[in-house]
Amino acid sequence: MFEILGLLGNGFLTVFEPLNLALIVGGCALGLFIGAMPGLGSVNGVAILLPLTFLVPPTGAIIFLAAIYYGAMYGGAISSIMLGIPGASTAVATTFDGRPLAKQGLADKALTAAAVASFIGGSISVILFTFFAPPLAHIALVFGAPEEFALMMLAFATFVGLGGDDIFKTIFSIAIGLVLSAIGFDIISGEPRLVLWDITGFLHGINFLVLAIGIYGIGEMLWTVEENALGGGKSMLSEATVTVARTMKNLKELVTTWKTMLMGSVLGYFVGILPAAGATPGSLMAYGIAKQMSKEPEKFGKGAVEGVCAPEAANNAASTGSMLPMLTLGIPGSPTTAILLGGMVIWGLEPGPRLFTDHSEFVWGLIASLYAANLFAVIINIAFIPVFIQILKTPFTILAPVIFILCLIGGYAPTQDMHDVWLMLVFGIVGYLMRKLDYPLAPAVLAIVLGPLAEPALRQSLIISDGSFAIFFNRTYAGPIMIAALLLLFLPLFKIIYDKIRNKQS
Amino acid sequence: MTVRTAEFLMALMMGAFSIYLMYKSTELPVGWIEDEGPGGGTWPFWLATIMLISCVGILFNWVRKHGPIASSNKIYIEAHVLMDVLAVAVALIVTVGLFSVIGIYGSLPLFLIFYLRILGKHSWQLTATLTVLIPVVIFYFFEITLKIILPKGLTEPLFLPLYKMFL
Repeated sequence: MFEILGLLGNGFLTVFEPLNLALIVGGCALGLFIGAMPGLGSVNGVAILLPLTFLVPPTGAIIFLAAIYYGAMYGGAISSIMLGIPGASTAVATTFDGRPLAKQGLADKALTAAAVASFIGGSISVILFTFFAPPLAHIALVFGAPEEFALMMLAFATFVGLGGDDIFKTIFSIAIGLVLSAIGFDIISGEPRLVLWDITGFLHGINFLVLAIGIYGIGEMLWTVEENALGGGKSMLSEATVTVARTMKNLKELVTTWKTMLMGSVLGYFVGILPAAGATPGSLMAYGIAKQMSKEPEKFGKGAVEGVCAPEAANNAASTGSMLPMLTLGIPGSPTTAILLGGMVIWGLEPGPRLFTDHSEFVWGLIASLYAANLFAVIINIAFIPVFIQILKTPFTILAPVIFILCLIGGYAPTQDMHDVWLMLVFGIVGYLMRKLDYPLAPAVLAIVLGPLAEPALRQSLIISDGSFAIFFNRTYAGPIMIAALLLLFLPLFKIIYDKIRNKQS
Repeated sequence: MTVRTAEFLMALMMGAFSIYLMYKSTELPVGWIEDEGPGGGTWPFWLATIMLISCVGILFNWVRKHGPIASSNKIYIEAHVLMDVLAVAVALIVTVGLFSVIGIYGSLPLFLIFYLRILGKHSWQLTATLTVLIPVVIFYFFEITLKIILPKGLTEPLFLPLYKMFL
């Protein structure tokens, strides 16, 4: 306990270095902006901006990206409330009651509630995180190759079992991500492998950023171009009156919602830990439970403040939760943390439980930065509400080319090879076409990050066991994890059988 | 083209790609090697097989019209959406194509003018400001601060004095 507080204290010393502090404030503001723009969420921001972080040391880089992640969770609410369009998928549930409130002329109330709930969600979850992470990392220290592989299977299985998308398309997405990550060289024999169509550009493999920026940058923007074409690009911006007196009054009224916020925070945190779940389902679940908890459930959907508080607390808590498996086990809990994990590999840090012992400054700097980012985000958010409303008026046709250009350069920067820029365009366009057919693409991004870690884990395990898959089942930790993974994998099948039996009975 | 047709074609294409990946994986041993464990091609080979099985599954659902996509008779991409998306996609492809010819500082301004003026119908003042400002910021940030040299193509000689000044 005291050891943890000591380490956290050291983390704060890292955070209060001027450069890192500036990165947090800048990251929060940028994240708020990205989150507020319809169509762009934390994952897009982190993917597109990761190449910019080569400038600073790893600790600064992750602090910056985590601040963007956090800020985007706050920012998503702004367009949900003001435009009725979720700024990010994580803020979908916020539109349910945020939009009605804005239509009643209470936009400022909804925005304040969203900001405060985000702050509570972020704070509670980061405290939970601080005390959960070190013991978990400690347990994970004994993990060998079989456990690592079992954990990755579990991460992929959650997408199949809980992701809610078409099963075949989810499995396809995972497998293609893993195959793409295998392109380049065979790590053990050192021979070139899968040099597609014998194009030499594939010899250096496919950097995960090329896929991530392709899908979350180019693909996402094409998607937004389409939505703008459909919506005619018309703005439905609500009016908001923001004064200091009204803000104070709004803050006072929020005291009554503490139960809802607490529920959203704890729920969001634990849902966020699961790789396939994360902030979007977490916030939707929190909304549902808040409605059930409420004494006046009929108010929900018509402008209940609790309906804004619950999902906003949950999505911030979930974003912290998703960092838990990333830092302790090396398994990302969301697409955004998958990209952060890939970034860690680029910065020369080996993800996994040893991170806590080997790179203590990095880990605790990040954890402490979450406390700080949370505080800065809520201050910036409440203080600059009018500015963010103005920003929402920026026409998409100004923002879009800037983002496209950032994507193109971001795709070029890591390897400085034109081949990768072309590949990114292909991923973006094909990804867009696949997304229109409901192929889930987040599993592919997770897979391309985990692939280079999963393959050696599998091969080493099989070498230890002399080719027997029993090694994944007869070890203390690997066994239960693998069985859980298999159960999740077959969950959809159980559902189908269950439904069939029930249909027959009725 | 309906969504249903698109679903069929996509599954077919991805299936073909899976088969190609399986074939390509066999360039390295896909079986067990004594004292070495699984050969280098094993991992991608079986994953590509899983891809293929998934595609067969998607086609199976397509045949029995199972699920919202496989049974949808909506238009895959509406004509006016297609125009917009295509304009942007082609502009991107042309821009990247020009990177190695007239360089990033030749093609990005063209892209910006196209997007801001023609697609966005913004004023010439705004277009000109951004067209000049953005490449300058990019040069300063990427080339000077991050020391990442971006492709210049034919315009390379023009940058030599700037390199001398900053790098």
